[in-house]
Amino acid sequence: MTDQTGSGPGISGIRDDYMALTRRKRLYSGMLLAVFVALMMSGFMLADDRNAGGFWSGLHRIFDFPEAVIGEAAEKAAELPGHVVKYFPALVETLNIAAVSTLIGALGGAVLSMLSTRGLARWPALIPVFRRLMDLMRAVPEIVIALVLIFVLGGGPVPAMIAIAFHTTGALGKLFSEVNENASLKPVEGLASVGASWGQKMMLGVVPQVSPNYLSYALLRFEINIRASAILGFVGAGGIGYELKNAMSWGQGKYDESAAIFLMLFATIIVVDQCSSYFRDLLTHGRRSEMLA
Amino acid sequence: MLRLERLTKTFGANTAVDAATVEVDRPMMIGIIGRSGAGKSTLLRMLNRLTDHTSGSVHFEGRDVTALKGADKRAWQADCAMIFQQFNLVPRMDVVSNVLHGTLNKRSTLASLFNLYPTADIHRAIDILDRLGIAEHAPKRAEALSGGQQQRVAIARALMQDPKIILADEPIASLDPMNAQIVMDALRRIHEEDGRTVIANLHTLDTARRYCDRVIGMLHGRIVFDGTPDQLTTGVARDIYGADASFSEEATSTQIDALTRRHQTPIHA
Repeated sequence: MTDQTGSGPGISGIRDDYMALTRRKRLYSGMLLAVFVALMMSGFMLADDRNAGGFWSGLHRIFDFPEAVIGEAAEKAAELPGHVVKYFPALVETLNIAAVSTLIGALGGAVLSMLSTRGLARWPALIPVFRRLMDLMRAVPEIVIALVLIFVLGGGPVPAMIAIAFHTTGALGKLFSEVNENASLKPVEGLASVGASWGQKMMLGVVPQVSPNYLSYALLRFEINIRASAILGFVGAGGIGYELKNAMSWGQGKYDESAAIFLMLFATIIVVDQCSSYFRDLLTHGRRSEMLA
Repeated sequence: MLRLERLTKTFGANTAVDAATVEVDRPMMIGIIGRSGAGKSTLLRMLNRLTDHTSGSVHFEGRDVTALKGADKRAWQADCAMIFQQFNLVPRMDVVSNVLHGTLNKRSTLASLFNLYPTADIHRAIDILDRLGIAEHAPKRAEALSGGQQQRVAIARALMQDPKIILADEPIASLDPMNAQIVMDALRRIHEEDGRTVIANLHTLDTARRYCDRVIGMLHGRIVFDGTPDQLTTGVARDIYGADASFSEEATSTQIDALTRRHQTPIHA
């Protein structure tokens, strides 16, 4: 047997070679660790110097705010259900903004991702153009777009929706295009052989392969967008963020209301998370039973 | 030494292993045969505690293995090495590191995180690789090796654990006949030279016949045969596989000389 040789005199050489390799690796990782610690320390010190308040002097006050919120909420615990009812319409508005913008962003992202994936693109020469377009969409913070649009269109849910959808298109486009790269091109070739158009090849050849991953990324993005749409409420886009901003200001005695809003946001994220794992399971398990059948 | 008593595993309405009772009194090489879905893998996985049992018990040297928890359970897993069909190595790490994983139960998480293994262990790992004939591949990534070589790395990892029992779940099912023979020879040698008990799930009858001291046949989760290879006649084998008279064990044989047996013509490699 040819590959059962290599024993005998060679073994001490192999040992020494491997030990030398190990020592070199250990030296490198030790140096890397030292550089990492040094950079973190110096960076922290620099940032702390430039801080207005100072990290160590403010550290013990970090828990003052949560303490005040929880204290006040506990005092007025009986009023919490009333607050939940009061702010529920605002929560629905926030959720609607997030849902619509995720939907629009996912559709736009899917199209852009197909256009910018090698092997699938309609115009291969334009792949860099679509990639840079998506980079641009991700680079502009949604709060900037929202502020500009609120200035032009006036406050309300529509500017927030456009701003989040714009950002979502860029973010999902990138993630979707990574999914597309792993899709098999064989079905696409099969459809090309029967004379299908580009749209038909994408819808019938690629989408069935990638839809579970698309769904899972889109649902994660929905979670992120709920939070984004709550933040945009702070700058006048309406929804629960606006209510939270009012309730959260210091010294108004409305911390019980902000506690109620925090609880509602938390509950919403839990519900969305549970729903998304349910649907993902359904998709993957559905496929498995089909395959076994 | 090792005693399984009415060991049972159910998945919902399905019973994967149904009241398996086995007594092993001395170190030996045991082959478990049966068709796919007969519960062979589940049985081995319950022995290693990778899968929890539903009822029954496993005793090893007077200790109830099925009752172990936490660190005791992990210590048992280190004593009871497992070899998998798909090798289950870490593909992007080098061969020696994969073998050194066999000592993880004795090392702290922090030390293994920074790859700080004692020199003596590294030397022992290379010696084990040398014993299995693959020492020259020591610094390579595991994914760069062929299937047969990877399976020998997995056996080296198992030996590094210095286990009392070696469990092998279809160790040769993804290998060509040549590599299958090398791997089975290695397992047999480990049993003979080190006196370790080896329990292997095998998908071919002739491998079980040729390498094992004792053969256990499973059908639909039940143990339907337990005896020496000599007692394993073609009629018994048909019962184990639930096959009819057209069943021939040479038809699925992966052994190289099986071809010779059928056609009585020598083959030239």
